[in-house]
This record gives sequence, C-alpha cells and structure tokens, in this order.
Amino acid sequence: MAEALLEVRRLARRFAAVDALKDVNLAVESGEVHALIGPNGAGKTTFIHHVSGALRPDSGSVHFAGRDVTRLAMHQRVAAGMARSWQITNVFRGLSALDNVALAVQGRADSGSSFRFWRPVKGETAMFDAAQGYLEQVGLQRKADAVAGNLSHGEQRALELAMALATKPQLLLLDEPMAGTGPEESARMVELIEHLARHVTILLVEHDMDAVFRLADRISVLVNGELVCTGTPEEVKNDAGVRRAYLGDHL
Amino acid sequence: MTQLLLEQALNGLQFGLMLFLLAAGLTLVFGIMDCINLAHGSLYMVGAYFVAAAAQAADSFWIGLGAGVAGAAVLGLLLEVTLFRRLYQRDHLSQVLATFALILIANEAVRLIWGPAPLMLNPPEALAGPVEIGNFFYPAYRLVIIAFGVAVAALLYLLVAKSRVGMWVRAGAANREMTEALGINVRALFTAVFVFGAALCALAGGLLGPLLAVQVGMGESVLILAFVVIIIGGIGSIRGALVGSLIVGTVDTLGRALLPTLLRAMLPADAASTLGPALASILIYLLMAGILFFKPQGLFPSRA
Amino acid sequence: MAFYRPAAWQKPLSLALLCALLALPTGLEALGQEFYIGFATRVLIFALAATSLNLVLGFGGMVSLGHAAFFGTGAYVAAICQQAGIAEALLAFPLAMAAAGLLALAVGAISLRTRGVYFIMITLAFAQMAYYLFVSARAWGGDDGLSLSRRMTLAGFSLASDTALFFAALAALAATMLLFGRLADARFGRALQAIRENETRMEALGYPVFRYRLVAFALGGALAGLAGALLANQTGLASPGLLQWTQSGTLLVMVIIGGVGYLYGGIVGAVVLLMLEETLVGFTEHWHIVLGLLLLGVVLFAPKGVAALFGKRHG
Repeated sequence: MAEALLEVRRLARRFAAVDALKDVNLAVESGEVHALIGPNGAGKTTFIHHVSGALRPDSGSVHFAGRDVTRLAMHQRVAAGMARSWQITNVFRGLSALDNVALAVQGRADSGSSFRFWRPVKGETAMFDAAQGYLEQVGLQRKADAVAGNLSHGEQRALELAMALATKPQLLLLDEPMAGTGPEESARMVELIEHLARHVTILLVEHDMDAVFRLADRISVLVNGELVCTGTPEEVKNDAGVRRAYLGDHL
Repeated sequence: MTQLLLEQALNGLQFGLMLFLLAAGLTLVFGIMDCINLAHGSLYMVGAYFVAAAAQAADSFWIGLGAGVAGAAVLGLLLEVTLFRRLYQRDHLSQVLATFALILIANEAVRLIWGPAPLMLNPPEALAGPVEIGNFFYPAYRLVIIAFGVAVAALLYLLVAKSRVGMWVRAGAANREMTEALGINVRALFTAVFVFGAALCALAGGLLGPLLAVQVGMGESVLILAFVVIIIGGIGSIRGALVGSLIVGTVDTLGRALLPTLLRAMLPADAASTLGPALASILIYLLMAGILFFKPQGLFPSRA
Repeated sequence: MAFYRPAAWQKPLSLALLCALLALPTGLEALGQEFYIGFATRVLIFALAATSLNLVLGFGGMVSLGHAAFFGTGAYVAAICQQAGIAEALLAFPLAMAAAGLLALAVGAISLRTRGVYFIMITLAFAQMAYYLFVSARAWGGDDGLSLSRRMTLAGFSLASDTALFFAALAALAATMLLFGRLADARFGRALQAIRENETRMEALGYPVFRYRLVAFALGGALAGLAGALLANQTGLASPGLLQWTQSGTLLVMVIIGGVGYLYGGIVGAVVLLMLEETLVGFTEHWHIVLGLLLLGVVLFAPKGVAALFGKRHG
C-alpha cells in the first residue's frame, strides 16, 4: 500500500479552555482530491493552519512525503512541496497580478537565491514568463498588469491559486476557494480545480456542497474538532453520524 | 557579610518595588491600549519635579507628595485627551516618534521652568534616621518606600483581578466594540488607566526623589529598566510587572554591590576592575536576553 | 503597497546634487565660509547613518530603537584602530563596518524572533547594553570616550583637512546610495518590501522571512558603523553618548522627517534636522521644544514625512 502523501496523526490543539482539534487522524493519498467539510467552527481552518505550519499542535504529528514535518517552519514546508490558499484573500493588493505571481516564482528553491543585491529584477524575463504561464493556467493572462486590489473577488481568488501553483507544490491546501464568489465565478473555480487536480494532490476545505461532491475523491467530516467520518462521497452522504452532526445543514 | 547582603537585598526590594510602580502603568498602557509610550519616564521626572516643588512650597514632604501626584494626574489627563487618544490607532512607529517628541519637550520645559540644576527634595524629618532590624540598621525612609510599594501592589491586584473596573478594563482591551456595546465607556476607561499610570509614575518619582537626584533626564535611565521589566514579565501582565521588577531590582542592586567584590576574588585586580562595573551594569540585559531565549514573550504573557 | 520606484526626475536630480556637492568645498572656500565644510561633512555623515536606518526601517519595516549602537560601535572601532596603530582608513573603516555588522547580526538574531512592541523595546535594551559596555570600559576612555589623536589617511591621502574628509564622506554616501538603489530593485529589495507588507504571505511562498530581515538588519548596522567611523574622524572623539537610545531616536526622527521608505528619506531627514538645529540654536537654547513640537506635528499631520510632500511612491 503506497504511503499517503499527507498523513496527520493524532493531532490535538487547545486554545485556552477549548479543544479546537481532538485526536485528528487524516490521510491524503497522492493524486486525489480530498475534501474536508464540517459545520462552521468545526476547526477546518485551524486544521489547515496546522498542516501548513502556521500553528504548532499540542500533540500529534504531521507527515508529508514520508517526512515528519511537525517541527518544520512554514517556509520549510513550502519548500518541501506544500502550498496553500486562504479563506480571506491574501494577495499583495498594491502589486500587479504578474508581480504577485513573480514573487511566488522568485521564492522557489529552483529559482535561485533571493539574496541578490545588484541586478534589477525587471531584467529576469524567465521569471516573468513563468509567472505569466501560471496566470494563464488560472485564466488571468489578460489581467497580468492589473493591480491585484482592483481585480474582482473571483479573480483575486484565482490569483491566489496562481501564486500557490507557482511554488510547484505536490500538495495544494485550498481553504474555501469558493468563499464569497458568485455562481459564475464558482463554476469557473470548480473547473479550474478539476483541471489542477490532474497534476496536484489537493486537500480542499469547502462549504459549497455541490462543488465538494463534484470534485472530491474522498471526503472527511470534521465536527467540533473531531473527525467523525472519512470515505467516498457516497459513504459520507449515507453516514448516520454525519447526518446527525450536520443537523439541518446541507446534507 | 550577611549584613551587607541583607541591606543590599532590602535595597533591591525597595528599588524593585519602585520600578514596579513605573512598570505597572507602562505595561497596562502597552497591553490594553497597545500604545508604546517612551515618555513614561518623563512622567516620572515631571512627577518628581512636581513633588519637589510642592514640598518646597509647602515645606512638607507629604503635602508635596500628595500635591505632586495630583498634579501629575492632571497632566496625564491633559496628555491623554489631547495626544495619546489619537495614538492608540496609529502604528508603533508613530507612537515611538510622538512620545520621543514628548521627551524632548518635557526635558527642555523642565529645564526652562526649574533650571538645569537638580532640585532638592528632603525626606520627612521623622523618617530621616535609621531603624533597627534585628542586629543592623536600615534607613526608615527606605522601609516606608517598601511599604508604599507593597500597598500599591496589593491595591493593583485587587483592582485588576477582583474589581469590576478591572474586568471592564480587560474586556475593553480584548474587544473594544463589544465592551462599548455593553454600555461601558471604554474611552473613559482608557483615560483612567493612563491617568492612573501617570499618578503611579509621580508617586515613584516623588518617593525616590530624596534618594536619587531630581534632575533633567532622570527619566530616561529608569525607563529602560521599566522596559526590561516588562519584557521579562510579559506585556500587559501586572503579575509579570511585579515579578519582573523584583527580579530586575534585586539582580541589579545585588549585582552592582557584589559582582566587583566577587570578581576581585577570582580574577587579577586589573581584569576585575574593568570587568566588574561593566558586567554589573549589563547583568540585567544578559538576564533579559537569557529569559527571552526560553520565553520570547516574557514570563507571564497575557496577550496572544 | 507598491514596490519602491523612483520618480522620473530622481536620477537627474541626484546627479545634479552630486555635482553640486563636488563643487561645494571650492565654492565655500571662495566665499570665505570654510567653517561650513565641516558642517556639510556632518550632514553627509548623518545622512549615511539615517539612510542605513532607512534600509532597516523603511524597507525592512523593522522599528529599531537600537540603531545608534552600531553607529557608536563604528566610531569606537575606528578610534581603537588608531590607538592600536592602524591609521589607514581603508583598513579601519571596513573593520568598523565588520564590527558594527557583527554586533547587528548578534542583536538581530535574538531580537528578530520577537514582534511589535517587544522588538522595539528589545532593540532599545540591547543598544543600552552596548552603551554600558563602552561606558564602563576604562581602557576605552569610559565616560569621556576615546579620542583620536589625529585623523586617518585614506589610501595614503591624509584626511586632516576638512575638504579631504568631506570628499571621503561624500564618497561613502554616494556608494551607499548606489548600493541602496540597486538593492531596492533587486531580488533582495523586492522580497524585503514584500515581507514588510505581509510576512505571513511571504512565509507561505517559501521565503525564510527571518533570514531576510536579519541580513537587512546586519547590513544597516554595518553601514551605520561606517558613518560612525567617519564621525570619529571628524570630531576626533568616539563618545559613549553616540550609543544612547536618544541618539537612536534622533536617527529615527531623521528618517521619519525625510520619509520612511523613500530612497532619499535618510538624506532629506538629516539635512532638514541638522539645518533646523543649526538655525534654531541661534534663536533659543531651548530649541528642543521647537523640535519636539515640529516632530509631533509631523507625526500627527504629515505622517509620511517631507519627501512624501514632494512626490508619491510610484507604482
């Protein structure tokens, strides 16, 4: 049995008196789209923070591509092949879309060191060409010179995705990519993710159930910090525990 | 030898408690209003000057102390309403610069009003002599300072931990809008915290006046120590300020008193005489660096 | 936020300024105002110091209240070099820069693990620690500081004349501005500015944020050390007062007046502050009050500094 690309073992985290995550075990297989769903406040974003390295757990471990990365800082996990997008758009609003992605390309280990003090970045056509390529992948090629802050919400979400892709990840952590997008932009985002899923393993946190059931190979359900069920979309849909936990929600 | 140690320990305790008066106000302003105030030392200085001037005018230390503290409170009120209120929302750099400007103004204004020479402040007659403790003598006045310090510490503990006002203050710091929605006047609360801090500064300045000189620039050196206390203790924590002040006060005092002697016993005279005072003065900072290494947010961090 | 991009008129203006400065000593001599050569040198030195802080603060976003420690260390190392018999600036100045840079590296390594208010206070505390070290070192003059018996030589040319020192300072400043300008547009400068803007985002793009900040901090420290070495030569004294946090505050004031994050912010700030000082001192000995009020005014009403009044950050 092939080892999972991402393996989270017995992850636990308390904030003050609240157990945000309780003994969470989750594995993401290489090549799959794994969705993480759950009611609001279940701890999904907190979980993503722990996987990406923004937070450290009280106990438990995170394993990526066979390595124990629990002690690694965020930027080290990124170098190892993990990338994420945020629930609330987190792009450099004052920079152009192209500059945003170029920063991501520049930060890559295979781009060479950024401790260069003399040559102007403007001369690095290879870097900007690569950045343009990523913009094309998400359909923003015509908006390269637009200031990121002026893009529509959906376009900004796509830009975030482009930046994540530019780091050439093996695993993409998407935190509610559809958040705040209208039906048209949602549909485009779903198509985009489907397309990306062919090359990258994806762990997707989403509330949009249509998107989840369309995209996911497997689904994990997080309720009150505990993982109540993991399985194929059919299995999850029919799970009694999940129905109970979701009381009145989408399922 | 034990006598020296005891005396220095008491000095350290006294110094530490006075530092606490300064650090408490400072840490509250930092922790609750997220405002860095470099002019806190100036409040201490101006407070000392108020006390000295009032004491000279009324020819009584205690009246001077009361009047000086009251005057400093009024000054604190004016400063908060006119300036600091605008700084709470600003970035730290702006706060640093604005309060640095205040230091410039305060130092110069004091020089203008009272001249460059230090001001005389005498301890009350009754306390001018020593008191017998066990088998050695210790200045009565310093004991009174210790008493004041302990009293303030107890008062602060009651206020912050047990009173409703303390709860409001902590709530206002954690979530201003929510607290205001509950009908609490957070703005007035912040003013009160600031004014209280200013009063504490003046109290410390007035009490220490007879021991140290009341002179221009006296605030700067003590401000740094107050900062070190807060760094060690953790921003926003009164308990941290108390623990930090006691640590800093005792380590600094004992260090200065004992280190040169200790080094002279261990090293050749030449090295000891250079190393001794140098090490003693940076001992506190080394301690701070050491504590930070293990606890980068201080001993009792109260903010996330 | 946008990447720093100089205004179109900046290059011609700086070239014109450079030419003017090259001709300044001759011009002043012709007017019989040789005294002002020394004043101009002082301005250049502080412009260099303020610019080094601008790298740390304006571009790096680090509010350091301990920059004077590196300034003063540079001065002391220059004086110590001379005391030890090293009278050649080409040897002593790099040593001063190395010492200041290493100190900055050490201070930064600890301080940069903290954030916000903690960082400000910790840099302050470490600078004060450096001050106490120098003040209590009797071998280095203690309270009185360490004096230089005479000025050094630069590549054999004596810096004893005010004009010679002026050109040395000008060369140092010009070289720094050149480096600074290239750095801002290079990979390092971009990464630094982006980190200043949103460090979590950069962390998530794989940048080791701490390392970038540390390098900027150390580089700023080294350049401040160069300024200190020049100052020691000019005044003939390395005084402990140079390391006081109030000196850090003055440098900070220069940067904010000149414009945080603008390439020439340090220079503008130094010029404004020192000329203000020169004029005000003539009026009243309590000119600090005027300065304080002006500073308050800038903070409250013109937070982007003087340079901002003359142009925008393009992009």
